[in-house]
Amino acid sequence: MAEKLLDIKNLSIEYRTDDATYYAVNDLNLSLDKGETLGLVGETGAGKTTTALSILRLLPFRIGVITSGSILMNGEDMLAKPESEMRKIRGKEISMIFQDPMTSLNPVYTVGDQIAEVIKLHEEKLTKEQVDKKVDNLFLMVGIPAERKTEYPHQFSGGMKQRVVIAMALACEPQLLLADEPTTALDVTIQAQVLKMMNDLKQKLNTAMILITHDLGVVAETCDKVAIMYAGEIIENGTAEDIFEGKDHHPYTVGLFGSIPDITSKAKRLSPINGLMPDPADLPKGCRFNPRCPKCMDICREKAPEVIQMSDTHTIRCHLFKK
Amino acid sequence: MMDQTPLIETVNLKKYFKTGRGMLHAVDNVNFKIYKGETLGVVGESGCGKSTLGRTMIRLLEATDGQVIFNGKDILKCSKHEMMDLRKDLQIIFQDPYASLNPRMSVSEIIAEPLKVCKIYNNKKDIDERVFELMETVGLAERFVNAYPHELDGGRRQRIGVARALAVDPKFVVCDEPVSALDVSIQAQILNLLMDLQDKFGLTYMFITHNLSVVKHISSEIAVMYLGQCVEKAPTDELFENPVHPYTQALLKAIPVPNLKARNMQSVLRGEVTSPIDPKPGCRFAARCPYASEECTKAELPLEEISQGHFVACAKFGHK
Repeated sequence: MAEKLLDIKNLSIEYRTDDATYYAVNDLNLSLDKGETLGLVGETGAGKTTTALSILRLLPFRIGVITSGSILMNGEDMLAKPESEMRKIRGKEISMIFQDPMTSLNPVYTVGDQIAEVIKLHEEKLTKEQVDKKVDNLFLMVGIPAERKTEYPHQFSGGMKQRVVIAMALACEPQLLLADEPTTALDVTIQAQVLKMMNDLKQKLNTAMILITHDLGVVAETCDKVAIMYAGEIIENGTAEDIFEGKDHHPYTVGLFGSIPDITSKAKRLSPINGLMPDPADLPKGCRFNPRCPKCMDICREKAPEVIQMSDTHTIRCHLFKK
Repeated sequence: MMDQTPLIETVNLKKYFKTGRGMLHAVDNVNFKIYKGETLGVVGESGCGKSTLGRTMIRLLEATDGQVIFNGKDILKCSKHEMMDLRKDLQIIFQDPYASLNPRMSVSEIIAEPLKVCKIYNNKKDIDERVFELMETVGLAERFVNAYPHELDGGRRQRIGVARALAVDPKFVVCDEPVSALDVSIQAQILNLLMDLQDKFGLTYMFITHNLSVVKHISSEIAVMYLGQCVEKAPTDELFENPVHPYTQALLKAIPVPNLKARNMQSVLRGEVTSPIDPKPGCRFAARCPYASEECTKAELPLEEISQGHFVACAKFGHK
């Protein structure tokens, strides 16, 4: 088995505001090996982005609070590190691609300068020429002609901007890349280009990746492992084969698959999950999914289900599978 | 079906925008017919003129040239007064449920507004009754009647958009990417709702989207657009089973399928949509097309019927 890179144990995160406390992430366990891609899937508000931000310790100051748990990266506890050390890790060992390429670039700097900034910050010994050369190479790597580095973000299309953001994230060859819905804002054909490029680069640089998305199709194309999140919990976790080809699934996973318009099937109607995600300030008792679950039993309304080990790699958090 | 007169028909519809760098051909010579109770899916990447087409058809934008014939009448020639009447029959559901609702109006005010503007009812009681009826139709709980848009989530907001469009009993509704801003599970709920409403009220839709898998469920016919032109048009099943135009094929291949066996990263379409400003003659897809030859850029390519109801504009594959 490959070396373990990231290990999140019993992580809980709350957002505290004057009005209420929002339980964004609840008792989450996740691990990732070197060079592996994990797909973190769930609806808006499931806590996917919060999880990613907590790894980088970028939760909003004083509002987002990690109440319990640990995040180990290469065996070191990320939560115990002082801010000065975290600053050296962000962008160098762990970097993040944000959802919206339009807003994650600075409009008043050229894209070349923005990429060079990352390199200058983390590799102070390099001369100006070496930095320049590195920037050129990065542009080449993501498929943009290097001459365009003197242009400003507004001169690029959405797909090109996302390439710039990816180049920036990969500038220091990080061990872990957090990609938060990197292709949601893009057209299908451009999405396919960006996904292919990310896949190729990941293999070349042997970077591990957490891909956050709500599109199971994207996950099927790129991921080795899949974790499905609902209301701050991982309700099903397994290899891509477990999730896409396995027999047993959490009812929420079944619902997610039923919601996707499938071009290969002839079905006329979709079978979505009824209702909405619960309010994170007021989570239901017992299983978080019980108000929407078609297979809800009495016990589901009373007691929160435990994680059940279906096989070596596959876990489901549901009372249905309790032996 | 084919000998019926269509509910709405476009004839050589054109919409150009004047820009500093030349004429932007947003919609260029688009022809199609939509029959009553059917849905035409319009598919294409961003910037190909889908939304402009939708808006031009119901005269939210003035066309540059061409005709839009609704119930036998060219609506582009109608006076402002006549248009007011026609607005009842022609409605639109907008893409972004966050931007298309007035944040200062409550749900009931938003839904009641078209009723007031079109002067359908003249007393408050009738309007209120109709608002509640509409809210039930689209699946909005009564308790939201005095809520403001910011209090609701995307799915519910889009339901308000649907209710508002249906308020005046339209015959034809343009759905401009109504689900692309929503989560998958909510997206499926709204798609099912739109299909139910079509069965119930005999609505005719033009469904605009960039996602081919979404239109498969809802459309009877699909038109694929590229840079303002229709490159392929066919009944839904025919288009999915037998896509002919290289652009349609590329679009179909680009959709990520939730199935491990379909992993396919090799045949990715290269390049991006080229500029729609003063386009060169001939096939506009030629710059990205793997099969492009000299023949493609010589002259404009018309849509040719290659089999019953299946039209393609392509120099290489678009012949019988």
